[in-house]
Amino acid sequence: MTEAVDVAGVGIHRFGRFEDRTVTDLGVAAVRGALAEAGVAPGGFQAAFCGTAYGGVASGHKVLTRLGMTGMPIVDVEAGCASGAAALMLGAGAIRGGACDTVLVFGIEKMPKGMIRSSFFEPWQEDAGLSATPAYFALRAQRLMRTSGVTKDHLAAVVVKNRRQGVTNPHAMFRAEVDAAAVLASRVVAEPLHLWMLCSPNEGAAAVVLTRAGHGTGPPGVRLRSAVVRSHVPGAVLSESTPMSGLVDEDTPAPSTLAAVAAYEEAGVGPGELDVVECQDTDAARELLSYEELGLCEPGGSAALLDEGATAVGGRLPVNPSGGLLSKGEPLGASALGQIVELVHQLRGDAPNQVPGARVALAHTVGRGANASAVVLSR
Amino acid sequence: MSSAGVPVRAGLFSEGPPPRLLGSRCAACGRHCFPRADTCPYCAGDATEPVELSPGGALWAWTAVTTAPPGYRGTVPYGLGVVELPEGLRVVSRLTEADPARLQPGQAMALVTVPLHADDEGRDVVGFAFAPAPGP
Repeated sequence: MTEAVDVAGVGIHRFGRFEDRTVTDLGVAAVRGALAEAGVAPGGFQAAFCGTAYGGVASGHKVLTRLGMTGMPIVDVEAGCASGAAALMLGAGAIRGGACDTVLVFGIEKMPKGMIRSSFFEPWQEDAGLSATPAYFALRAQRLMRTSGVTKDHLAAVVVKNRRQGVTNPHAMFRAEVDAAAVLASRVVAEPLHLWMLCSPNEGAAAVVLTRAGHGTGPPGVRLRSAVVRSHVPGAVLSESTPMSGLVDEDTPAPSTLAAVAAYEEAGVGPGELDVVECQDTDAARELLSYEELGLCEPGGSAALLDEGATAVGGRLPVNPSGGLLSKGEPLGASALGQIVELVHQLRGDAPNQVPGARVALAHTVGRGANASAVVLSR
Repeated sequence: MSSAGVPVRAGLFSEGPPPRLLGSRCAACGRHCFPRADTCPYCAGDATEPVELSPGGALWAWTAVTTAPPGYRGTVPYGLGVVELPEGLRVVSRLTEADPARLQPGQAMALVTVPLHADDEGRDVVGFAFAPAPGP
């Protein structure tokens, strides 16, 4: 027997750089917000799951200690860029399985500045220059340009779109519009990717209170239809699993596709029924690749979907109305739940950059591991 | 490169000439993998045999790294790319060519060894890279 799961409240600490605040401070702010919105008091939830990649030992416990809310199981979850979504999956599972009525899910992060140093790489890979994460994004971008007719102008257009959409987001790090010429004038980090085509690792926190459907007392419920995490299947040399080798076969399904297909099936919706999407735009090409991997268009159709204006707010399937990671920055453990905060507001109809009439929403992350998540929400 | 160089990690490549990457082949499914693995990543078979991979292949994807990544002690820029080997394998590798405009898809590439940085005793730490193959 599975129980339906509602989102009873959301909270966020804006994404950016905060020299005067610890990662625990950020988490406390987000958790307070979500609990207040859900009307949940100390003792009002039976488990907590905290996503973080760089937080260190017992990160979630430190947040809840500050709030006088310990005693229940607190599980810290690392799944790269999908860490927050992995925490959401576990929280939803605890309710669906009948163990809990109410669960707190949150994500916190304070990323080191600059290019991400990841313990994923072995020391010899760092010595050999193989730990240059943006270069792998660039290789994927170059392949997409060859297979899907994507040009550098398309990459710049994604940045222009998302930065424009982030202007109204009070939680975003960058809130100024940019034009394509300026994007293309920023320095080349790894051809074809320029600096402004890459999101900034940063700091932030987001929190979500889940309840068994009908159990919550907060604002009108948004239903969590599915929360799926998948890893890679081997074979694709440019997979987010960052292998040193792969196969010449082209038919290895991407982890994002595995997650999306499972999330659509569990939710009972197809990509054609989505009204709004928040997807992983770690770099501009990653957003376009996500269109294809999530089934928002046919393989090879991402440039056309962008050109058509479909994925801008006002189009038929707005993607990243929050401004995406390109505007918000990416605090790994918090970013997936930041998407949920945005989409819950979209489904309630009170988002700053509202997609009119949004009823069904998809959130997507993908990153190191490989880890990919797909979450379907509806009102 | 100094002949007194030390490999960045043992077991990655043989020095040749020509140098070759050291991979493995699964006795069960026949797929190749690099670096060597005791268990096949594709079929989980435990019977793999060590092989020396082909010394040349075709360029499949490439870029250049312009900022030193964390932990890297060598110089920038340098090339990074993927080369297809005749064994049906695509390998991620450093490239000797750091100007992406000078490379073409499908271009013939050959494995070489390159100095990465000097260690505490002044010896070259040596890695592998693919270089545009000399003409026929």
